[in-house]
Amino acid sequence: MDFVLLRCCTTPIVLQQYEWSTNAVMEKLGIGLLDVPELGCCGYPLRNISFRAHVLATARNLALSEKENLDLLTVCNCCYGTMKYVDNLMKEDASIRNDVNSTLAKEGLKYEGDINARHILQVLYDDIGIEAIKEKVVRTFDGLKIATHYGCRILRPSKLAQFDKPHSPSKFDELVELTGAKSIDWSEKLECCGSPLWGINNELSLDLTEHKLKNAKQSGADYLCVACSYCQIQFDIVQEKLLSQRGIEAKLPSILYPQLLGLSLGIDGETLGLAENRVSISEIEWFLLHKEASTA
Amino acid sequence: MFFTITLYISLLIFGLGLLYKISSWFRYSVGLEARDVSPAQRVFAFLRGLALTIFSPRIFTLLKVFVLDVLLQTKVLHQDFLKWAMHMCIYYGFLLLLLMHGLDKIVSTALFSNYYPTVNPFLFLRDFFGIFILIGISIAIYRRFILRVPRLRTSPMDVYAIVILAVIMISGFLLEATKITSYTKFQEMVEEYTVQADAEELRTLEAYWVAKYGVVSPKVKGPFDAETLEAGQEAHEMSCVECHSRPQWGFAGYTASRIIKPAALLLDRVNIPSLLWYIHFLACFIGLAYLPFSKMFHIFTTPLSLLANAVMEKGRSDPANIATRQLLELDACMHCGTCSVQCRVGVVFEALRNVNILPSEKIPSVKALVAGKKLSGEQIREIQEGLHLCTNCFRCTVVCPAGINLQELWFNVRETLLREGQPEFLVLSPLSLYRGLMPQSLERNHYPDPIDLALETIYPAGIPLELQDRSTPLVPSENGWSSTLHTSVQANTFSNCFRCVTCTNACPVVRNYPNPAEFVGLLPHQIMHAAGMGLWDLIFSSKMLWDCLGCYQCQEHCPQSVKVADVLYELKNMAIAKARSKLIEQKES
Repeated sequence: MDFVLLRCCTTPIVLQQYEWSTNAVMEKLGIGLLDVPELGCCGYPLRNISFRAHVLATARNLALSEKENLDLLTVCNCCYGTMKYVDNLMKEDASIRNDVNSTLAKEGLKYEGDINARHILQVLYDDIGIEAIKEKVVRTFDGLKIATHYGCRILRPSKLAQFDKPHSPSKFDELVELTGAKSIDWSEKLECCGSPLWGINNELSLDLTEHKLKNAKQSGADYLCVACSYCQIQFDIVQEKLLSQRGIEAKLPSILYPQLLGLSLGIDGETLGLAENRVSISEIEWFLLHKEASTA
Repeated sequence: MFFTITLYISLLIFGLGLLYKISSWFRYSVGLEARDVSPAQRVFAFLRGLALTIFSPRIFTLLKVFVLDVLLQTKVLHQDFLKWAMHMCIYYGFLLLLLMHGLDKIVSTALFSNYYPTVNPFLFLRDFFGIFILIGISIAIYRRFILRVPRLRTSPMDVYAIVILAVIMISGFLLEATKITSYTKFQEMVEEYTVQADAEELRTLEAYWVAKYGVVSPKVKGPFDAETLEAGQEAHEMSCVECHSRPQWGFAGYTASRIIKPAALLLDRVNIPSLLWYIHFLACFIGLAYLPFSKMFHIFTTPLSLLANAVMEKGRSDPANIATRQLLELDACMHCGTCSVQCRVGVVFEALRNVNILPSEKIPSVKALVAGKKLSGEQIREIQEGLHLCTNCFRCTVVCPAGINLQELWFNVRETLLREGQPEFLVLSPLSLYRGLMPQSLERNHYPDPIDLALETIYPAGIPLELQDRSTPLVPSENGWSSTLHTSVQANTFSNCFRCVTCTNACPVVRNYPNPAEFVGLLPHQIMHAAGMGLWDLIFSSKMLWDCLGCYQCQEHCPQSVKVADVLYELKNMAIAKARSKLIEQKES
């Protein structure tokens, strides 16, 4: 099973561990990831400003992936939501399709709608499957309580996202729990992380994040777990600022799902870039039990 | 005489230009951090940094970069073989030709006691190096004008560089060709070097040169009998052979001489060789004098940029030196277009048609800005938009063959420009994420200023709804906006809204405030309703548009299938378009 991987623009600057851990986990699970150097911005940050610019940017990536005859995989919810939205427009709306394709033709590209946009969680759950991943698990966590954070665009709008039940999802929880961790219930689970407003309205963004972190912490979580670049930046780098700016002592570190799964699959912490996280997650390895030891 | 005077004039202009350009690296400044450092401090910091680098292990880094990136140009090789081949042909072809032929009186005669431009190996090598340059120029023309790479832009400066090189090379080859055929030149040489020859000897010599050396004579024509040629060869060996290898070794010039052969007598009579000689050296001198001001300046600046960037790092190096390096980097750009071709938002240029979106096109704009050139409001707006339309993914910096830290440059200029007070709507997009993550380079109390300015420009009354006089009656402002929204496939669902307030109840932003209307103006369901009534000023006065997370809770919960979040996105686009046209109207009136 191969995919073209769309590396989110934010990962090379501040989130390299997301790239490393995704590469390592996918390799372990036998998924091939193809890098297409021409891929660009997913279009998400442009939507506030110009509808046409955002559609063009997204459609170009889809066209590049279609050229390889592979689905386009992303590790970011915002990229995913944008790709699903534009993919749908290109498939449904002939006037937009023609307009975009006539511009893309300048670089010899065209999007016919023959591929799909995919999210890493979707590939893990729907394509590989819980049981198949479990077979590769060599170490499990014991007593680790995780606040699973779905993020927005993997669930909503559900007509486009088509990942899980929008109001009571469980797939990500199952993926977390196959590592032996417990995915706790918490009331803010399905809310936005606050990242879309970071840089635009920092106070509001911090309010939303603080609220979520507090709620997860009070619900007993040891760590947050996310599968989105923007969510991770918010819960890691921005949380660091939140803690210092608002004088909050109780922190709640956030781990990327490929890091969590990678540990279970026996990949070492260095390959997964655990030390790169700003709000330290290195202590998570204390919860690890070897499969042999735990079953014995 | 004329040659010497023009040589010295062009050398003088070149020298002064060089000084002027180098001084600009210390005089001008980029970015906020560099403002408070004086030119003298910058020169001092540079000398100190240079000394500290040279007498440290980092000298080995410099050597490595010099060999790999400057001499072998591996950065270019990794990206594009054709581009690398082009550059190597021109770079080494020109360098060797300059040393052996252009500076022959200084270099070649000093190195080789037997140097004559007309004997081998020099005769052959001159054409050999020259052909390399011509191949390079041909690849350049192919890349720029035939291959048509999307977003690879060709500026007048690129055309100049190709033209000046082509003129030098072609005039050189033609000069060689016309000199081979020239009867006048032949006679001059005969007069000078064959003093004691009789008429018969001269006739056979001429026949020999016509037959073997390509001279086109008005008097003797082949074919010649073996006896004549034998006698000619004897005369040739006595007077000429020491200084003349067969011209066929100068293969390019010789080929050209066979092509012009039918017209050779005429060309010689009107003294074309001398005209070509003038064109050849004047083109060289123009190229030399203009070099510091042209893209060819990168011969010096690009290696410097590569070396400087190999040993410098933001946060560790002296900020004064970073400032100097950024100015040097502006001159190190050779407009190769790699950054623009690979830019992750480059494709947006096709939608917004602002060339400043493309990194390679931002460089001349930033140059104009730092040099304090007078720019129109619209030009500044375009530069500002271009600088902000950037995901800060660092790809331009990574791919730049000149090693320029482009991303850092954009960030610095962006912040300086924002202080100038032109509204920039892109600060209201998630592209601001990076700006928000970089507080150390931002003075915190100024951080929200550009955001506030953009919002004030968008609010039709200049103030948000919560500060407006609520007693004014609400009048629909019709200006064609409603029809845009009605016809939009994404947004026309707003008319299904029956105001059940579900969207507002589901909104995490609304829920964040005890009295949300005091912070965000209209609430989501009110915006849908106001859109139905055409109360655009009310909508565009609401901060709600810009506080929307795009989390789609509203849309997911709507029982009427109103695409609430999609409508809000569309309204944001409309608000910005409206504010922009308002700005243009203000500027025009």
